[in-house]
Amino acid sequence: MSKNLYGTPTDSTDAQERALVDASCRIPVLLFIASSVFWLLVGTVFGLIASIKLHNPHFLIELPRWFALYLDKFSPDGTVDFINAMLTFGRVRPAHLNIVAYGWASASALGVAIWLMARLCRAPLRFPALVTAAMVLWNIAIAIGTIAILGGKSTSIEWLEFPSYVSIMLFVSYALISIWGVNMFVHRKPGHVYVSQWYIMAALFWFPWLYGTANLLLIFAPIQGSSQAIVNWWYGHNALGLWFTPIGLAAAYYFIPKVIGRPVHSYYLSAFGFWALALFYSWNGGHHLIGGPLPAWLITSSIVASLMMFVPVLVTAINHHMTMKGNFHMLHYSPTLRFVVFGAMSYTLASLQGSSMAFRSWNSLTHFTHYTIGHSHLGLYAFFTMIMFGSIYYIVPRLTRREWPSITLIKIHFWGSAYGIILMVLVLSVGGVVQGWMMNNPQIPQNTFENILKITNPYLFARSLSGALLMVAHIAFALNLTLILLGWGKKTGGPTLFNQLEASEEAKPKESTL
Amino acid sequence: MNSLRTLFIGFTITFTLAWLGLVIIPYFQLGQLAPQVDEDAGMSYPLIRSGLAERGKQVYQANGCIYCHSQQVRPMDADPIKGRGWGPRRTVARDYIYDKPHLLGTMRTGPDLTNIGKRQPSADWHHAHLYAPQSMAEYSVMPPYRYLYTVQKIKSTPNPKAVKLAKGYQPEEGYEVIPTPDAIALVAYLQSMDRTYALPEAPLPKE
Repeated sequence: MSKNLYGTPTDSTDAQERALVDASCRIPVLLFIASSVFWLLVGTVFGLIASIKLHNPHFLIELPRWFALYLDKFSPDGTVDFINAMLTFGRVRPAHLNIVAYGWASASALGVAIWLMARLCRAPLRFPALVTAAMVLWNIAIAIGTIAILGGKSTSIEWLEFPSYVSIMLFVSYALISIWGVNMFVHRKPGHVYVSQWYIMAALFWFPWLYGTANLLLIFAPIQGSSQAIVNWWYGHNALGLWFTPIGLAAAYYFIPKVIGRPVHSYYLSAFGFWALALFYSWNGGHHLIGGPLPAWLITSSIVASLMMFVPVLVTAINHHMTMKGNFHMLHYSPTLRFVVFGAMSYTLASLQGSSMAFRSWNSLTHFTHYTIGHSHLGLYAFFTMIMFGSIYYIVPRLTRREWPSITLIKIHFWGSAYGIILMVLVLSVGGVVQGWMMNNPQIPQNTFENILKITNPYLFARSLSGALLMVAHIAFALNLTLILLGWGKKTGGPTLFNQLEASEEAKPKESTL
Repeated sequence: MNSLRTLFIGFTITFTLAWLGLVIIPYFQLGQLAPQVDEDAGMSYPLIRSGLAERGKQVYQANGCIYCHSQQVRPMDADPIKGRGWGPRRTVARDYIYDKPHLLGTMRTGPDLTNIGKRQPSADWHHAHLYAPQSMAEYSVMPPYRYLYTVQKIKSTPNPKAVKLAKGYQPEEGYEVIPTPDAIALVAYLQSMDRTYALPEAPLPKE
């Protein structure tokens, strides 16, 4: 007999209930997941192009000459230049960021959050058509926004490059899902509220407030100069801290106990971690502007809040570690567990690194360098994206009632992603520190701008290699997902496992509580 | 902690604190700064950009210059003034009162541009550099912005606007490179970037 998240034994009525809940959210959740993986592929291509351009500035700056001449024959004047402009680094890079942040990360987060909420509220999804409509609107907005950025209509405000009409569409779509989330919560089956539900409810509530305020004060009715900068980074940091992080943690808090089949180590630690995160994370944005044209009190309060983040991060890390203790061998079998635990460990690392980057001395060295880019990938990829991968590996078989068609593809996905992101963070961190040290010590004659570019070049080349690894991983993932959605894969009786179980029944992952 | 109301009160309080601290209070503290007027010299700082330069700022935004170039000089210990030469003083809030959106930037793959207009006042330099960055610095990783220029056949006399390029970067014999209106505006913007004036809160250091 299996146990639920609170350690209470479950029976076959529960299994039927879960099947009903899964059936109700099947279409919107699968659509969110499928569309997010599509954008993941597109975003990876843009990321790779941008990365190559940084060490090879002549890469893809223009259409090939023969093609340009051919195109010129039947297209209006200026078409070739318009397309060439779309390929420039300064457009490809924001396209990459916005596609992966909104097209991939946010959409997969919404898909996973809807499924988790339905499961945890133990109530079938109400009005699934509404959620599907929101999903369609979301994806149309991402497509229009991407074309707008490439076409030169970017707002040039980092993390908010989509033009105003796109942000309205995203806001409406998100608000629909937020309202739906509250509705779901109100109609939940009576009983305990799990920590994942707090995280999801909070994120669904905070993000529209964040996104609305930032768009209002930066795009619709822009405020003056440097007060924009602080709103910009209040938003930019909280998009990670109060949107992606809560969803990532909600998934980790759900899947780790679920897969290993024992309750989360401490309820009190999880509650404490949640409220500490809510209180401190929201203040962190100012540490992106240390040394910038802003009042000292503001920067200092952000630095203090960044250091206070040690509290919720360590609490969460301890809680997850104690839950996993004695069950680490299950990483050998369960794809979900392997991705989610990788993500949860990266969360601790990324957060501790982020706090350390708020120290003034370390910040003055690493700010304006590739080190920061390494850090953001550690947060958004190694932590958040890996947890989303793990969640998708769990959710999709339950919605399609099929097993993943290929274990090999899952293995390629995991090792490609894991090695890719580790390599990326390493080379960007080392390269960034070298870059920052040389930049800040111009009194040493060797530290010319020329030498900075020459010395960072190999690091950036290695970053492109890591990007290629991620690309391979994502193709494997997308292929597996396409196959399962097309109806390949065995009709399921149990979970897809990496390795045949030789161990006793005790050690078997409890994913099969369908 | 299980009721919707309790949860939402908690969500609201935690979020509102930071919202007030990082959005609302800074707005009241910094959102209405006035330019600094020097009545003797008949000047007002920061300098107001020309219409053409303002148009150039839009070209700067459209092409994502911000992803490699910052526009802020930090206090001395972080951005040493001697050597890198990004500016004689740190920049302060008043320097940015005309910037909508702000373009402070977060990356220095390329040099800081706070005072590029002072460092490189020549329009010819900027045009040649935008068209072929490697003609100015062979090691540069800046992409060429050729799409902001038109290559055309030289008519009876060479066009005076034609970009003066170094050997090896010139177009074929009989052709010339003419800046588009976008390129002209962008260069006007780059030339306008000069924050080397003194402000009461950020005086120039004594020599």
